[in-house]
Amino acid sequence: MSGPVETPLVEIKHLKEYFPINVGMFQSKPLKAVDDVSFAIRKGETLGLVGESGCGKTTVGRTLLYLYKPTDGEILFNGKPIASKADINEYRKKATMVFQDPYSSLNPRMTVSDIIGEPLDVHKMYASKQERHERILELMNRVGLNSEHAARYAHEFSGGQRQRIGIARALALDPEFIVCDEPVSALDVSIQAQVINMFGELQEQMGLTYLFIAHDILVVRHISNRIAVMYLGKMVELADAAEIYDHPLHPYTKSLMSAVPQPDPKIARANQRIVLSGDIPSPLNAPSGCPFRTRCPNATEACAASMPEFKEVSSGHFVACHRTAEIN
Amino acid sequence: MSLLEVNDLHTSFFTPAGEVRAVNGVSFNLDRGKVLGIVGESGSGKSVTAYSIMQILAGTGKIVSGSIKLDGQELVGAGEKVMKTVRGNKVSIIFQDPMTSLNPTYTIGHQLMEAILLHTDRNRHEAYERAVEMLRLVNINEPEKRMKQYPFEHSGGMRQRIMIAMALACEPDILIADEPTTALDVTIQAQILELMKSLQEELGMAIIMITHDLGVVAQMCDEVIVMYAGSICEQGTADEIFYNPHHEYTKGLLRSIPTADTAGTRLKPITGTPIDLLNMPKGCPFAPRCDNAMKICLTQRCARMQINDAHQAACWMNVKAGVESGSIETEKGGEAK
Repeated sequence: MSGPVETPLVEIKHLKEYFPINVGMFQSKPLKAVDDVSFAIRKGETLGLVGESGCGKTTVGRTLLYLYKPTDGEILFNGKPIASKADINEYRKKATMVFQDPYSSLNPRMTVSDIIGEPLDVHKMYASKQERHERILELMNRVGLNSEHAARYAHEFSGGQRQRIGIARALALDPEFIVCDEPVSALDVSIQAQVINMFGELQEQMGLTYLFIAHDILVVRHISNRIAVMYLGKMVELADAAEIYDHPLHPYTKSLMSAVPQPDPKIARANQRIVLSGDIPSPLNAPSGCPFRTRCPNATEACAASMPEFKEVSSGHFVACHRTAEIN
Repeated sequence: MSLLEVNDLHTSFFTPAGEVRAVNGVSFNLDRGKVLGIVGESGSGKSVTAYSIMQILAGTGKIVSGSIKLDGQELVGAGEKVMKTVRGNKVSIIFQDPMTSLNPTYTIGHQLMEAILLHTDRNRHEAYERAVEMLRLVNINEPEKRMKQYPFEHSGGMRQRIMIAMALACEPDILIADEPTTALDVTIQAQILELMKSLQEELGMAIIMITHDLGVVAQMCDEVIVMYAGSICEQGTADEIFYNPHHEYTKGLLRSIPTADTAGTRLKPITGTPIDLLNMPKGCPFAPRCDNAMKICLTQRCARMQINDAHQAACWMNVKAGVESGSIETEKGGEAK
């Protein structure tokens, strides 16, 4: 996939996000939610980000939009670093978010029209009331909502329709980049497919770029061009979607892919699951060296000594494991 | 005689807005040692079916009619006294959310022993031994230490294991698992499902697995029931349901899930929105969302028909296909065989 080097739309370099946690009356300890994560997303691409709860995938998405101030590291949009407050404000017109829970992410006291119009109000993106109204109706049509329902409140809609409202809000400013944080995990299977298709259609029509965060591997596999896997705040593997799904190299990715419940009885019965023992450690007491070593079937002393480098082992396939060459 | 026989069960919730028929004529049998999956979307009545069996319906919910026989004993109308000997003893349930199903103010040991002391004639010492043994069975390290700890000291996966230990402590004949892994991560889900499967084989109990995840069904279940709007649309062995679906809803459901092969293509979703249980259509409840709905679908419900020995479905499309191929003779009323 290496053509002429183009500037990625969004790039993060050595992003770190630490939250201080009080451990005693006067002591605090950093919780390393995101620890040295780097990746780039090309224009028009969908990067899937998977991992278990607490691995930092949501924090990556939020820090990427400056909802949290990064502890360290750089965020570049169109090749330019975002530094000043004016930069952030400008950036937020171009980069928006769709949230997981369509129930709590919409203000129950606001009408649908006001929810979708709020970004327009904040950034003063219209000349007249009429223009604002027309823009809202256009957005509602775009996401498949009946524009006659603009004066209704969010509770009058079903889960799938609410998620459409959230998407319309995200589209209000004609963004180039959308962080989708588990946008379909709260929806029923039949509705989920409708919303997934809509993400695809919008991408084609508007040339959108997505960071698609989800824990459902099959959904991510379906929608993404490339997939990144996180574990305990660190990136462990990144590759082309088909490549990482069919030929994972990191032992964690292997177990993750094999644990996916396949909706096909014959495949499910034949599937050799790699069942990991134990739970994900607390990020407050992360193990030394490789974060996965406490659950890894192949861990050696070297894994406890140092964090493996996140390096490219074949074209576009990045892995952070000391033993990649030996095991695979 | 099957271990559990549910016959024409109707359960309703009486709300100020009207009667909500959450379960509308559900019938099925469950044999010893089998894993039965009940799939459906939210509001399809799958959980209410389970709660009806346990008779733990919330507030306004009531079994309106029908029969539930456990080992030949009728449970509908049997009264609290009988139900107390059933719940936790013969039929146990584990819930979706392991974070809220344990009491935060008691130790794990207290909660485990409570069930054992209540349902068996073990003394405290024996109950303690049994509780430790159960924790060991569900692969919890240092069970003696865990007995003294509180729920907040355990992760989600561990709590769900403790719930399973609690549910199995009295060796039930049936374990009802209501979305047992929905709140858990994929690798933890794999651990729990593997554990349930091995315990089921070891202890020979039957499991009713309630889930919306067709992947979990494919992995775990012998038999599958597909529910929509309170009714069973299709029932059969897992292979029949997945490879030979005969109800338009099941077909739609199977088409709409992403798999490794759908990447780069459009999914084929079921159109429309889920049904409003207060405004049920007259005919087939799925008809308003069905691409192949015919006139009769809008006015009349289709009875359940035998597709083959291992498969039943309630869809007029099968009648149509049968009439066209000549395997169903039309008479007045068009009643299927």
